[in-house]
Amino acid sequence: MKEEIIIAGFGGQGVLSMGKILAYSALMEGREVTWMPAYGPEQRGGTANVTVIISDQSISSPILSTFDTAVILNQPSLERFEPAIRPGGTLIYDEYGICKPPTRKDISIYRINAMDAAAEMQNVKGFNMIVLGGLLKVRPLVTIENVLQALRKTLPERHHHLIPMNEEALRKGMEIIKPI
Amino acid sequence: MVKESETILLKGNEAIAHAAIRCGCDGYFGYPITPQSEILETLALEKPWETTGMVVVQAESELASINMVYGGGAVGKRVMTSSSSPGVALMQEGITYMAGAEIPGVIVNVQRGGPGLGTIQPSQSDYYQATRGGGNGDYNIIVLAPASVQEMADFMDLAFTLAFRYRMPAMILSDGIIGQMMEKMVLPPFKPRRTDEEVKRECPWAATGRSGREKNFLTSLSLDPAWMEEHNKHLQAKYETIRQTEVRFETYNTEGADYLIVAFGSAARIAQKSIEICREEGLHIGMLRPITLWPFPTQAIRQLSERMKAIMCLEINAGQMVDDVRLSVAEGCPVCHYGRMGGMVPTPEEIVQQIKSQLIK
Repeated sequence: MKEEIIIAGFGGQGVLSMGKILAYSALMEGREVTWMPAYGPEQRGGTANVTVIISDQSISSPILSTFDTAVILNQPSLERFEPAIRPGGTLIYDEYGICKPPTRKDISIYRINAMDAAAEMQNVKGFNMIVLGGLLKVRPLVTIENVLQALRKTLPERHHHLIPMNEEALRKGMEIIKPI
Repeated sequence: MVKESETILLKGNEAIAHAAIRCGCDGYFGYPITPQSEILETLALEKPWETTGMVVVQAESELASINMVYGGGAVGKRVMTSSSSPGVALMQEGITYMAGAEIPGVIVNVQRGGPGLGTIQPSQSDYYQATRGGGNGDYNIIVLAPASVQEMADFMDLAFTLAFRYRMPAMILSDGIIGQMMEKMVLPPFKPRRTDEEVKRECPWAATGRSGREKNFLTSLSLDPAWMEEHNKHLQAKYETIRQTEVRFETYNTEGADYLIVAFGSAARIAQKSIEICREEGLHIGMLRPITLWPFPTQAIRQLSERMKAIMCLEINAGQMVDDVRLSVAEGCPVCHYGRMGGMVPTPEEIVQQIKSQLIK
């Protein structure tokens, strides 16, 4: 298998850390992974994106211009990356950040109202985990168990008490993602 | 500290820091600059001064860093610095002094776009600076070009080994792509720092305290031109030995290929993807990836060029390594170049287009 994913949104939404947890989970499953951020003088409110590649075989370029799957969390990112999804690919977006929804007919489009769900759950920081849950529902690239294992690996021990909240967020995302 | 032989996910910059601690590095001296600040940050987090005794200093500038490396190397210690393009430009005086005085040390350059302060995005535009010496005088330094996070880690010990084997600076020439990306990798096995006795035994030239031997002079200055010419001849003989014995490169998909791409570091990763796309379209393109940029794999390129219809040099710069490729190829083999500049990075599809329009005409 090989999946080339772009995750894009505003800085501060947890785009890079979501990509990192996804990459680490894939590593736990013994796959090859690369995580390539579009780095710059990034800051909260600016745009941020990361390319994650998961594969059974060694990965050549970490830099891509087309993708199998795009997770889009704001309007500028939708405009930039909707055309970059390969025909037959997948687009997931959070309605909260989007004023002009995607229009492509040759890809599978899903909507996830993760921002609303995070507010309801009083877990605003769990936003990116809700989105990741949604992604894993429609593209089962890694198991939830391995995501939790990756969180245990990457989070400092003093934050391990937050893992159950993250699990709840992941499962919420799986529940609320909807095909368009 | 990360456990032995555990597969982990690290940024290239983080890998450099972890590998330095593990390969018996005695000291790091550096000044922060994007896109390589994680090297100093990771060292600060790992606190190796509490475990291996490795010294970590945030110097007041790049000039100070390289001269601290000069001092550490002069006493036989495995010391290093890291920076990005404008910072490495500042270090050139120290590097040529080290070359002249034959002092070993490792410099990591995680390149960004130039000239001047340029941008903070990836580039390979310091190829000339790295492979032509960079400072004044007739000298070279050993230049290793990692193409993965794993190689960032693996080349750390190799750079120290070569620097001390030949008593000269060695550089790891990376860029913002390899420095900032995370990949699956395994850290090298742990190797203790050398004891003072080992340093005295292995570096009889070093300034280790004069007891029981002749004075060791470590200087790049002499007012006697005849002596200086002899010293230059000695350096050139050393460089020739390195050209003969230390060339490293890798080939990919060259068996039966009519066309060749030459690319190093991150550009080689992107080129490999372009070659995969070409293969799906029935085009057979090979690649040679120089691992040592100096010494350059001249012979290997020459041999391959004898059976290639054309060669394209792919670099993230205006065309620098292409000069070395042109000097290497057999007569009559056409060489072209493609590159992006200023922090822009070519995509695999863009390179496929160039393969079709420039390479296979």
